Formats: sequence, structure tokens, C-alpha cells
Amino acid sequence: MIISKPKLSGAEIFFECLKREKVELIFGYPGGAVLKLYEKLYDVDFLKHILVRHEQGATHMAEGYAKATGKVGVVLVTSGPGATNTVTGIADAYMDSVPIVVFTGQVPTHLIGNDAFQEADIVGITRPITKHNFLVRDVAELASTIKKAFYIASTGRPGPVLVDLPKDVINSVCEFEYPDKIEMRGYKPTFLGHQNQIKKAADIIKKAKRPLLYVGGGVIMSNGYRELRLLAKENNLPVTMTLQGLGAFPMTDEQSLGMLGMHGTYWANQAVNNCDVLVSLGARFDDRVTGKVDSFARNAYKIHVDIDPTCIDKNVVVDLPIVGDVKHVLAELAAEFEEAPDLTQWWKEINQWRKECPLQYEKNDGKLRSEYIIEKISEKTKGEAVVITDVGQHQMWVSQYYKFTNPRSHLTSGGLGTMGFSLPASIGAAFGIKDRPIISISGDGGFQMNIQELVTAAYHKLPIKIIIINNSFLGMVRQWQELFHAEKYSFTDLSESNPNFVKVGEAFGIKSFSTNTPTNVDSILDEALSYNDGPVLIEFKVVKEDMVFPIIPAGQTVNEIMTKRLDPKEMV
Amino acid sequence: MKHTIAVLVENQYGAFNRVATMFSGKGFNIHSISIGETEVPEISRMTIVTEGEDKIIEQVVKQLNRLIDTIKVIDLTGQTRVERELALITVFYQKGTRAEITNICEIFRGNIVDINNKTLTLEITGPPDKIDAVVNVLESYGIKEMARSGTVALKRGEQLKHEKKETVV
Repeated sequence: MIISKPKLSGAEIFFECLKREKVELIFGYPGGAVLKLYEKLYDVDFLKHILVRHEQGATHMAEGYAKATGKVGVVLVTSGPGATNTVTGIADAYMDSVPIVVFTGQVPTHLIGNDAFQEADIVGITRPITKHNFLVRDVAELASTIKKAFYIASTGRPGPVLVDLPKDVINSVCEFEYPDKIEMRGYKPTFLGHQNQIKKAADIIKKAKRPLLYVGGGVIMSNGYRELRLLAKENNLPVTMTLQGLGAFPMTDEQSLGMLGMHGTYWANQAVNNCDVLVSLGARFDDRVTGKVDSFARNAYKIHVDIDPTCIDKNVVVDLPIVGDVKHVLAELAAEFEEAPDLTQWWKEINQWRKECPLQYEKNDGKLRSEYIIEKISEKTKGEAVVITDVGQHQMWVSQYYKFTNPRSHLTSGGLGTMGFSLPASIGAAFGIKDRPIISISGDGGFQMNIQELVTAAYHKLPIKIIIINNSFLGMVRQWQELFHAEKYSFTDLSESNPNFVKVGEAFGIKSFSTNTPTNVDSILDEALSYNDGPVLIEFKVVKEDMVFPIIPAGQTVNEIMTKRLDPKEMV
Repeated sequence: MKHTIAVLVENQYGAFNRVATMFSGKGFNIHSISIGETEVPEISRMTIVTEGEDKIIEQVVKQLNRLIDTIKVIDLTGQTRVERELALITVFYQKGTRAEITNICEIFRGNIVDINNKTLTLEITGPPDKIDAVVNVLESYGIKEMARSGTVALKRGEQLKHEKKETVV
């Protein structure tokens, strides 16, 4: 006798699948097309649903959670506007390779294409900004589709996957069976690097006189930081990191050169310019890193390790590509070394650059500066906090002045450069990380872009330190206007229009502070860091016109680096 | 340089669109694109004719491979291959020119598939440059309408030593 399996509704299958994927948290917002899912969710006890205030917030929260924990972030929203509101977050996750799965409601299949109420072709809209997406047309495909979605999002080069769920699919019933394994003949990421290539790479690095490791977010995503430390420490190799790579190697270590690129350190950029072997590890030669492509590390033999073959030779043509998981490749590379190469001369040069042009800012005029605040935060948290930044000047200052000691500690919107990222992403991180301080840093502009999520932080009493670096300007744009656009400060001055941030915080029931003097920074930070019963908001009113230095103007080389504001008389 | 690339994709909703979206999103150009079923019903075969420097074509191939629905990408350029295109061309004729056009059609081994009191419709198959040649000749008579299928191509089969069937996995 054949015993048929019990039949479940689409909504029940949905949650059974999430259970099997060990989903603990979903960030969502209910609506017409997902009512059935929310009806079922009411009785679900194995996961927690976080009600956001805007669907963009949900996607950034999922990103923050995923980046901080390494798990897949999950979003559930309704059709139409609910779905389109997730688009920025999905694009952000795509650019920064963040594993998230976004479930969107959809109008019933028979109404698709009819301009039905709250209909949007979200699968069409998100096709170029997802790693893959699905429209589930039959409840019988629901379980396998969800399995595929999680598998695709979290393996290979991670990325966002969207699953569109028509209302009738969720309502209909079928037998439930969750596949143990998924086979997709079109999707088989290369995991192990080519043996001979790795051997060859090791031989070349061993012989190098001026080697440099150029480390990107891939090292963190693949959890390859231990292997990186081993390789770098045992062999005395200098390490420079991209924005997404910060924390892969402790920035307090002598061998860390800090960040490279447009706002990177002088010595990191000089090292890139002068190295003879450049080893790119899970980085993608982004234009903010390379500047002028033809001149980037032009004398170096370039080795490029990446799990995504499309990254290789995309921007910079390399000499030795290795396609594979960077953690594995690093481990195998490290195993090839017997004795540390002698790099005394190379280190001498690097340290000379370090002395020549250190990171510096004005400390003695009694004015409050962002750099000082960030240095203080770094000091007080010993570089061990999870710092979530927004986009702009403060973001670059964090990358320069916060000394990250751990991976998965610096969460930022790098590729897409999404203002409004920090607050929701910090909420996601706070749900995932309980044993380290969570510090959200935004500018006054970006903070207002997802300000509504203050409710979410306050309601869940998340101990986030919400820091607003308020210079009353869209500072980075202002900086470019000053440097490159004839000082026309077109629509970047917010001083007349900014709200009272302390009152805003208090309106949401959040303990809030504000100061404009350096002498108050210590006490406010101490108080904020010791308060863990809910979020704290701190507004630091900093000087208006500060600029991020050094800066290599877009498309140029380290020779054009600007290290300080030019005296107008010196400018030609 | 022109490249003819064959892409085997899952015969699934949206698979074609993903390829087209990728091309436009990355700024790659498409000369022609054709799609149809293969000997395996779940797999569709696309033949894409594109143009670009080697570096661009390398990216095109990688990006095609990166799509989840893509099973296999074969750059047929430089391989011995059979390439065909179908064109339907409707041409105006007059009293004296009907025989001429029929004659041209014969030279190119085409067929006349429709006729009325003003126009003839020719069906021509062949490599794309042959179609170009026909179009070139017919232009002086006045082409009313034309439809070209885009190129389809297969690698030329080699003599198989064993009775082994090549399967796509």
C-alpha cells in the first residue's frame, strides 16, 4: 500500500522550508499578497519576524545580519510597492555579494500581466540585480525552488536571490517533500583552485622582492582570514585591504598597510605602485581601488584569486588567474612556503612612505572633528566593535581611523554606495551579534534616508550606538564640488533644513545626546557604550568644511595624490 | 571581430530574457540572436552573433556561463562549423523583371514561396554572407519587406571512432 504524504498549503510549505534552512529571523512587512503567509506566521514559533517600517530597511537589515554572521538574510514583503521598495537593498547586496533571499508576494497567476492591484513585474525588474530569481508558478515547485534559492545565495560568489510567490500558489496545497540535495547542471561553482596554478603562484611570491597582498571582501566571505594571517605572518608579507576587506587582517598589526585606493593610505598606494608581485585575494579591481587602470601596479606580476571567473581580466588583465574559494587557495599557498623570504629592504621602503605622509588632521584648534571621534571610538572599543557605516566622508574616515581587528566587523555599502544603509544594517547586525558593541555611524544626510527604522531599533531595545556625524552638509559631494566643480555648493548645504536630531531620537523613545566640543566626546561615548538597555543616539556636530585626505582623484594615479587642502594661492 | 556563440540554456521561463538583459546591461552588442529547442526538450539552444575585441568576447562568454540557467557556452568562431540563416524577401516585380528575379532566386538556390500581381516572395537559406549577396542584388528591384531569422550554427561533426554519443551534462 502506498501511504501518501500529508498535503500542506503553500504557506505551510514555505515555513517548513525555512525551518529546514535553519532560518531564525525574517525581516518583513505584511500586505495583501502575503496575507496567507502572515496568517501562518502568526503560529510559527521557530523563527522571529521583525516588522520593519519600509521594505528597503528590511533588505538592508538582512544584509547587515548576513554580513555580520555569515548566515543568509531573509526578507518577506508583499507584491507591487512592497517588492519595488526592496530593489535598492537587492542591488546593494548584489554589488557587495551579500547572501540574502527576498520573498515577494505576487498577484494570483491568472492576474499576472493584467495590471492587477499591487502588481509589479519584480522578477523582470530585479533580473539584472540578482544572482538569480524565480517566479514560482506551481505549488509543487515551491519547496525545491526555496532550496535552490538558499543554495544559490550562499554558495560560490554569494548574492541576492529573489523568489516571487503568487497568491494562489501560496493558497494551494500539495504533498511536501524537501530535497536533501539540489542539482543544477547550469550552476556548479569552482571551489578548488587549480593545483599547478597555486604552485606556480607560490613560487613567484617566494622569489618576489616586493610582494604585496591585496585583500578584498572575498577573504571574509569565505572565512579565509585565519589562512590569510598564517600566510602573511609566517612570511612577513605586507597586507593592504579594500573597503570590504577591512578586518580580514588586523589593522593594528605592523604588517597591515590599511586601505588602498582613492582614500587609501599613501603608503598602501605607494606599495601597490612599486610592488613586483601583487596578489589579489577575493578582490575585484574596482575603479575606486585602481584609479587609472593602465598605471595600476604596472610593474607587478599580478596573481588574482577569485571564485567568480567573470572578475578575472575584467578591469585589469592579470598574469596568473586562480579561480577558486580563496580560503582553500590561501591554505594551499601557505603550505607551499618553507621559509620566510627576506623582505627587509621592501619593508624599509614601506615604512619610509608611512613616515613621509601619515594620516593626519588638525587637533589643536579646539574644534570637533570626525577623525577624532572615530579614533576615540576605535580606542574605546579596542577595534573589536561591529561598525556599520553609511556612505560618504564619515565612511572613509572610519576606514582610515577605526582599527578593525576582526573580520565581519566593518559593514558598509561599498559597491553601490547606498546612503541610508547604516541604520537598518546595524539593526540586522544587532540581531545577529550579541557579544560585541554595535556601532552605526552615519552622516546627517544618509541618516535621514532610513530614519524610520529608529522605531525598529527602539521597539526591540537593540543596544545600537547610533552616531550621526553632522557637518550640515552632504559632505562628500561638497568635497567634490570644492575640488572639482568650481566650488558651486549646489544643493548640498543642509544646515537650514536639518531636523533637531536629539528631538527626533527622543520622539522615538531613544536616549539622545548632542555635542559640538571635543572635550565632551569621552564622557558621552563612555556613557553610550555602557548603556545596553536600548539604542543610544549621539549627534556630533563637527566642522562643516573638512575634507577626506588623502584623495587620489578619480581615474588618476598615486602621483596625483592630494594629502591636504591646497592653499588657494598654490592652486594653478 | 564577429563571433558566433552557441549557448545551451534551460528551456525555462525567462531564460532568453536573462541572456538579453545581460547583454544590454553590460553594454555588449548583439548582431543576431536565435533560439529554439534542441534534441533534448528541456534544453534550448541560442545562437548569438556578437562583435568585440577578444577581451570583450572573453567577458561575454564568462558572463553567459555565470547565468544560472546556462548549461554550456561554445564559441564556434574559428571552429569548422555549418552556419545558416533563413530570409524571406518580398520584392516588387514588373512585366519584364519577373523572369529575372526568378532567375536570381534559382542562382541562389532559393524558392519562390508566394506571388501576387505586384510582388514575389523568395525564401533563401545559407550563410549570412550569401543572404547579404541576395539582398544586394534584389535591392534594385525594390524590396517591399524582409525577415531574417538570424544565424543558427553547429560545429561540423568529426568522424566518430566509436559509437559514442556526446551528451550534454
